[in-house]
Amino acid sequence: MYEKTKYLLAGDKALDIEFGNSISEEINSKIRSMTVAIETQNVLGVIEAVPTYRSLMIHYDPLKTDFNKLKDTLKTLEENLDNIDLPEPEVIEIPTLYGGDYGPDIENVAKHNNMSVDEVIKIHTSEEYLIYMLGFTPGFPYLGGMDTKIATPRLQSPRTKIPGGSVGIAGEQTGIYPIDSPGGWQLIGRTPLDLFDPKREIPILLKAGNYIAFKSINETEYIEIKNAMNNGTYEYKKYPRKNWGDDNGTN
Amino acid sequence: MGQIKIINPGFLTTVQDLGRYGYQQYGVSVSGVMDQLSAKLANILVGNNEGEGLLEVTMMGPQIEFKSSILIAITGANMQPVINGNTINMNKSIIVNPGDKLSFKGLKNGCRSYIAFAGGIDVPIVMGSKSTFLRGKLGGFEGRALKAGDTLNIGQPSTSLYLLEGKETNENFYDMNNKTVELRVVLGPQDDAFTQKGLETFLSNEYHVTPNCDRMGYTLDGEKIEHKDKADIISDGISMGAIQVPSKGNPIIMMADRQTTGGYTKIGNVITSDLSKVAQAKPGDKIIFKKSSLQEAHALIKEIENKFEQIKFELSKQVKIEVLRTKKFNVRVNGNIYDVKVDEIK
Repeated sequence: MYEKTKYLLAGDKALDIEFGNSISEEINSKIRSMTVAIETQNVLGVIEAVPTYRSLMIHYDPLKTDFNKLKDTLKTLEENLDNIDLPEPEVIEIPTLYGGDYGPDIENVAKHNNMSVDEVIKIHTSEEYLIYMLGFTPGFPYLGGMDTKIATPRLQSPRTKIPGGSVGIAGEQTGIYPIDSPGGWQLIGRTPLDLFDPKREIPILLKAGNYIAFKSINETEYIEIKNAMNNGTYEYKKYPRKNWGDDNGTN
Repeated sequence: MGQIKIINPGFLTTVQDLGRYGYQQYGVSVSGVMDQLSAKLANILVGNNEGEGLLEVTMMGPQIEFKSSILIAITGANMQPVINGNTINMNKSIIVNPGDKLSFKGLKNGCRSYIAFAGGIDVPIVMGSKSTFLRGKLGGFEGRALKAGDTLNIGQPSTSLYLLEGKETNENFYDMNNKTVELRVVLGPQDDAFTQKGLETFLSNEYHVTPNCDRMGYTLDGEKIEHKDKADIISDGISMGAIQVPSKGNPIIMMADRQTTGGYTKIGNVITSDLSKVAQAKPGDKIIFKKSSLQEAHALIKEIENKFEQIKFELSKQVKIEVLRTKKFNVRVNGNIYDVKVDEIK
């Protein structure tokens, strides 16, 4: 994290508040506080704030605010971040059917790391992953915290179409493709959940600063959940993060 | 409510408005029209709110059959519009009748035209906008570009078409015939990732638009821009007009359908008032970047806003009214007597 936060020009309608130049939970926690501060303060002229790994992009309307005025307001907010009550992060459970047609590359991942498919599933489902940011396509989460024991390089040639809901591994990262898209990740499973549904009141399920946890399910459960999704009767499982507070923003 | 039928969609015709805001933190692109100045002008000419949904037409115009009487206006690139074979004016509001067919003879200048309809295009508002986000298959008409056979509904105009008909403006925000486009740039947020030589290269050379240009971004070719060290950064936000420079050293201008975040260094941002010039550039056109200041950029945004107010005022005086009969009254208010004239119009 920088000693002094940088306020950078990103054209005449946006500015970047840059907190550091690395991917760390400490920086991410600060970004989260700043996002909450801006949302609750309703800063004049701010159109929206976009949190990323190490910065917060503020899109603003120059007809409603002046750059220096905006910068001063944001700096004051930044100085008072300690007074911001962060809501407890939630963990969202992602039921996932591993292997087979749903995760055609899981054997590559097992072979690459000299372990069984069951071990890959056990390791992948034992972590809670921090959502650092969303980007690339609607609802695509950039996650942290994967166990390097199951790290596997990307496919040599990317697939032209990956079905929405696919769960994959690329290097030391894991993630979920919310909608059909091309991509080069090793696919290990698929979730029946709709991470993105424009007809829903809140179209995107995931939010930066929250966590996700994968839960292994069988094909019968997959079909049941898929049907419940289609009927609009599925209830997403969310719970507060265990031990939150012990390691909040310090590691 | 009016209706139009797409006989032939042209190269790429989509429904757009001024964009979808509030969802960039979830990875949803803003989208919206590429050339905001032309789009606002088209809507103003037909009496709409300037952010109303309209058609954005790229390179090759569509063929459209009108199913009812509708008021339209076409702005932006001149693709030589004709109705039933007769040439019509650009930048002018025109009434079309059931059975009339609009087509285009071919692109004369620019790259994108805008067709506005009095009352707007009646498509569902998805996440606050009528814009089509093609990669996300979201918004607009069924989340996609228009196809032959599509029928679109047109909303209820704000007032009688006859009161709005024939409004015309000669206002040109810039000359679309120019093959060399000067773009003013505010440097940052990663201008410090480039060598002094790299910055000078960027600001003193001519670049050209490659065929790799679309609603997402414009890839340019020309003198390689030198980085100090790495071309990749840990992903951060991308605003409209951001100029990314990947390790190859060629600039890419990010446009309406840009992704919300990205991992290439950004040397600067095209200022808002020059973004329409990018939207109207096409493969082969030359681009020169010129350094600008935030103060200049903001002053130009205000200047354009004032220009639109001026245009609206001038158009409001162009009302063509056919007076059927006039009646005169004496009206007494607080002891004063006023002569009042009432025109009954068609």
